[in-house]
Amino acid sequence: MARMKFICDSQRCIECNGCVTACKNENEVPWGVNRRRVVTLNDGVPGEKSISVACMHCSDAPCMAVCPVQCFYRTDEGVVLHDKDVCIGCGYCSYACPFGAPQFPSQGTFGVRGKMDKCTFCAGGPEANGSEAEFEKYGRNRLAEGKLPICAEMCSTKALLAGDGDVLADILRTRVAQRGTGAEVWGWGTAYGTKAGGKDAGGKS
Amino acid sequence: MKKLVLVVFTAFLLGACGEKPQTSGGSNRDAPPYMGTGVAAFTVPGWKAGDKTGWELALRARTQHGQNEFNRGN
Repeated sequence: MARMKFICDSQRCIECNGCVTACKNENEVPWGVNRRRVVTLNDGVPGEKSISVACMHCSDAPCMAVCPVQCFYRTDEGVVLHDKDVCIGCGYCSYACPFGAPQFPSQGTFGVRGKMDKCTFCAGGPEANGSEAEFEKYGRNRLAEGKLPICAEMCSTKALLAGDGDVLADILRTRVAQRGTGAEVWGWGTAYGTKAGGKDAGGKS
Repeated sequence: MKKLVLVVFTAFLLGACGEKPQTSGGSNRDAPPYMGTGVAAFTVPGWKAGDKTGWELALRARTQHGQNEFNRGN
């Protein structure tokens, strides 16, 4: 069984925000919620790097550990999803997540916090696959259509990769061998441990 | 009659002792993705809903041929 992961190759990301736009369009994400965003490291300093960040679907997800109502679950493919019918919008997951993935729409009187929203790896939620209810709450279920997340498929420079962790590691390894630099995989160690799926990705977190 | 009223009243009182289960065991009632969406127009051709191996091959093909340009260019 494939173990779904994200990799962002900081050597290739050109900060075009195509992944952000594609995600918002595909999943019809509401105003104020960004499931994915591009972050620039050392902005303004020569050699600055950009990376695309969203939920990394961690192997040992801290959001799952701290949720008081256990609204999170992990699929057989390793995708961390949540049930908005169970979520109480407490925000604990937001404090626990090292990537700032959980988002809360500000809606209603006094800016009350709504149900948590985050990247679903384009895998929908607990509702029936491809149903209207699933789309309303979580967006498209591309995984059940045999497709990868739209952010990675839309990435023009293929900086953002999504799919089976072993295959992604092989792709990155080939790139690093070809160009001789840029083995750093930002967030990989934090999300999946130092050894990824039994293989050393050769990067630092 | 008095006995019946007493029984009904007692049953009503004891009803308060009942409690709905409040434990939450997670929400994994999701169908696996290889079961498909049932919308043929958006589904990748080449595999049928429920075909796990076909689904895995479709995803692998998209990962390798869509994201690994070393497979295409070199």
